[in-house]
Amino acid sequence: MKKYILKRLLLSIVILFFVTLIIYTLIRCLPTSYIENIARQKSMQPGSKSFEEWMEQLSAMYNLDTGILTGFFRWWGQMLRGNFGDSWVYTIPVTEEFNKTIWLSFVMGLITMFFEIIIAVPLGIISATKQYSKTDYTISVIALAGISLPTFFFASLLKLLFSVKLGWFDLFGLVGRNYEQLDSFGQFMDKAHHLVLPCVTLIVISIGGLMRYTRTNMLEVLNSDYIRTARAKGLSERKVVFHHAFRNTLIPLVTIIGGSLPGLFSGALITETLYAIPGIGYASYKAMVGGDIPFSMFYLTFLAILTLLGNLIADILYAVVDPRVRIS
Amino acid sequence: MSDEIRKDVQEAAETAEPAENKEPQYSLNDDRRVKVLSPGAMVAKRFFRNRIAMVGLVILIFMFAFSFIGGIISPYKQDQRFYRTDSLSKEYCSAIENKEFRYAQAPDQDFSSIIQAQMVLATQQGVTEFSFKGVDYVMEPVGDDFYIVKLANGTEIGLAFKNVFSESDPSFKADYEFLREALTADATGESSFTANGESYSLDENGIVMQGSREVGYISRYVVQPLMSDVFLTRDFKEQLLEALETGDNDFFFKDPDGVESEYKIEYNAASQKYTIKQSRESQVYDTYASPSKEHWLGTDRNGMDMLTRLMYGGRVSLIIGFIVEFIANFIGVIMGGISGYFGGWVDMLIMRIVDIFYCIPSTPILIILGAAMDAQMVDPTVRMVYLMLILGFLSWPGVARMIRGQILSLREQEFMVATEATGIKVSRRIFRHLVPNVIPLLIVSASMGIGGTIIMEATLSFLGLGVKFPFASWGNIINDVNNTFVLTNYWFIWIPAGVLLLGTVLAFNLVGDGLRDAFDPRMKR
Repeated sequence: MKKYILKRLLLSIVILFFVTLIIYTLIRCLPTSYIENIARQKSMQPGSKSFEEWMEQLSAMYNLDTGILTGFFRWWGQMLRGNFGDSWVYTIPVTEEFNKTIWLSFVMGLITMFFEIIIAVPLGIISATKQYSKTDYTISVIALAGISLPTFFFASLLKLLFSVKLGWFDLFGLVGRNYEQLDSFGQFMDKAHHLVLPCVTLIVISIGGLMRYTRTNMLEVLNSDYIRTARAKGLSERKVVFHHAFRNTLIPLVTIIGGSLPGLFSGALITETLYAIPGIGYASYKAMVGGDIPFSMFYLTFLAILTLLGNLIADILYAVVDPRVRIS
Repeated sequence: MSDEIRKDVQEAAETAEPAENKEPQYSLNDDRRVKVLSPGAMVAKRFFRNRIAMVGLVILIFMFAFSFIGGIISPYKQDQRFYRTDSLSKEYCSAIENKEFRYAQAPDQDFSSIIQAQMVLATQQGVTEFSFKGVDYVMEPVGDDFYIVKLANGTEIGLAFKNVFSESDPSFKADYEFLREALTADATGESSFTANGESYSLDENGIVMQGSREVGYISRYVVQPLMSDVFLTRDFKEQLLEALETGDNDFFFKDPDGVESEYKIEYNAASQKYTIKQSRESQVYDTYASPSKEHWLGTDRNGMDMLTRLMYGGRVSLIIGFIVEFIANFIGVIMGGISGYFGGWVDMLIMRIVDIFYCIPSTPILIILGAAMDAQMVDPTVRMVYLMLILGFLSWPGVARMIRGQILSLREQEFMVATEATGIKVSRRIFRHLVPNVIPLLIVSASMGIGGTIIMEATLSFLGLGVKFPFASWGNIINDVNNTFVLTNYWFIWIPAGVLLLGTVLAFNLVGDGLRDAFDPRMKR
C-alpha cells in the first residue's frame, strides 16, 4: 500500500511538471496585455521613454525577458521554495492574496457539499428502489435539469426572484451597506445572508450529478446476486435496501466524495464571479482577465494539484473501503 | 442459431390459431416465421418506448427546426437593425410680447426719458397733449399704440411704439427715418414705403423687404433663436407671428430641407415669454422594444429582432456543440483505440498524456485565452473557429479514457480472438470490429457531451469571452442581463434564451440517457 501511494505520488509530480509546462508555455505565448497596458500608460506620460523602452524594462522587471524554457525552470525553482511571485493585479504576493480569499471559497464549498450529500444521496436511493415509477421519473428529470441548468441563467433567475422582486437578498457582494456598523455577530450573519444565493446556486447545479451517480450505483447493487439471495432468504425489503444494498452503494459514494474533497478548495469560478463574492474563484477570474501571469499560473497549478490529489484520494479510498479490491 | 430457430418454431406454434384445428406445421418458410428484430431495431424499439427520451427527442427536433429552418423563415436578418422614430422636443426659439412703449428719438431733438414718462401718463389719461416744464407736446396717433410725438410747433422729436422693428440682417441699421416710415406703413396697413430714398415692401405679417432682401420685421413680438446654430427664416417667422396673433398653440413648418416639424408654443406667465419648442421626428435604434406583432420577442440592445437572433444563436450553439464533440471524439477514439488495442508502452505513453490533459483546468484556460483574444481583437469569425478547436482539444482525454476501457474489455472477448485467428489486418481489426462495438457508448457520451459543450460555450459567451457580436449565441444574448436594469425590466431579453438553452441541454441529456438505457438492457430489472 505504502509503495503504491509513493509510486502514485511520484507519478503525480511528473504529471504536474508537464501540466505546468504546458500551462506556462501557453500563458507565455499569449500577448502579455497587462505589461503592454502599463508600458503604454507610462509612455503616455510627458517626457517619458518610448513604448518599446518601457516594454523592455518592464519585461525584465517581470522576468519575461528570458526564453520560455529558462523562465519555466526558474518558475519551478521558485515554486519549490514556495515563492509564487507577486500578483500584478493585486500588487501583493500571490500567496497572500490566496490566503485572503481561499477560506471563503472553502466555506462555500463545504456548505454546498454538505447539502449536496444530504439531498442527493437519499433521492438517488429512493429513485433506484422505485425504478420506473413516477417518483423515479420525476427525480431523474429534476436531476438532469439540474445538470443542464446553465449556472449564469439560474443565478440570474434567482436574482430576479429573490433580489429584485422579493428584495430578500442583495444582488452582489459579500457584505451589506452597513457592515461596518454591525457587531461581530451581526457581521457574521450579514456574510451568511449574502452567501445564501450563491450556495443555493451551487447546490442546485451540483445535486444532479451526485443523484444520478447514486442511482446508477444503487441499481447496479440491487441487480447483483447477493441482493437476490437476501430477498430469497425472505428478508424484508427495508432490510434488503438499507442493510445490504445501501452499504454496498456506499463504496463508490465514499470514493467519489472523498475524491472531490480537494475540490472544496478550488472555488466556484463562475458562481463567485456572478455574485461578486471575493473568493479564490472571483479573485482568479479578475487576475486572468487582467493578464496577471503569476496569479494565473498559481491558480492553474493549484487546480491541477487538487485534481491529482482528488484522483489519488479516490483510488486509495476505493482500495480501503472495498475489501474486495486489492492493489497489486 | 439453432436456439433461435427452435424458439421461432415454438412461438409460431403458440400463435397458430386453434380454430383451424390442424397439426402445427413445422416449416421454416418465411411466412411462418415470427419476426426477430435485429439488435439495432431492438435498441430503437426500446428507445422509442422510453417516454422521457421521446420528450427529449421532440424538444431536440423542435430546437433544430427553430434554429435551422426558423432562420430561413424569419423575415429579418440576424444583424438587421430596426429603427423607431422618436420625437425629440427641444427649445427652438422664444418670443416676447412687447407691452411697453419703445421710443425712438429724432435726430438732434430731445426726447428724454422724463418726457417719455409724461407721454405714458398722457396715454393712460386718454389725452393726446401734455406739457412738461412749460413746453407743450402733441402726440399724433398714427395707429394702435403708435404715436409720433411733436412739439407744439410741429417739430418731430420722437416716436413711441409698441410694435417693434427687429433687424433680421445684422448689417442693416434702421435709422430714425426708416423706423418712422416703416412703422407708419405698418400702422396704416400699407404694403410699401420709402425711406432714405430706398423703397421697401412690407407684407401682412410685418416682414420688411428691400427688394428680395429681408431686412427685418415689425411685430408686437420679439423673436429670438434659443439655439446657437439656428437661423430663423422669414417663412418661419411669418408662420410663427401668424400663430402668435391668432393664439394657436402649435403649428407645422417645413424647413428649406423639406423636413416638416411640429412646433409647440408654450407661454410662461412668470417671465411673460413664449417658448417655441421644436419636436422633430428623429430615427433612433429601436432598442429594448417590448414584444409586439412585428417583433414577437421584442428587440435587443442593438435594435435587432430578438426572435431572429435566438434562431441564429441556436444555430451557432448547436453547430459549435456538434463540431466540438466531433473533434473531441475523433481524437479520443483514435488515441483511446490505439492505446487500448496495443497496450504495453504505447498504452502507458498515451494514458500519461491523457492524465496530463485531464489535469489542465479547462475553464480557466478558456477564460485566459478569451481575454487574450479580446486584447488582440481577433476577428469574430476566426475567434469562433479557435473556440471550437480549443474546446474540442480540451475534452478529448475523457473520451480516450472511456474508449480505452471499453476496448480493453472487448479485446479479451472471443470474437477478437477469432479475428486474430483468421488473420485480419490490424487496422481492420480495430476499425471494423472493435470500434463499431464502442459506438453505442460513444453515441451516449457524445449526446451528453454536446449538452456540456453548449453550456460551456454559453458560459464563455456570457462572460463576453466566447462568441462575439455580430454573431448571436444563446450565451451572449443572455449576457445583457449583466446590466441590472435589463435584469429587472426586460425579461424578454434574457429569459427566452435561457429557456432555450436549458431545453436544448436537457433534451440532449434526456436522449443520451434514453439511448444508454436502450443500448444497455441489463439496467432493466
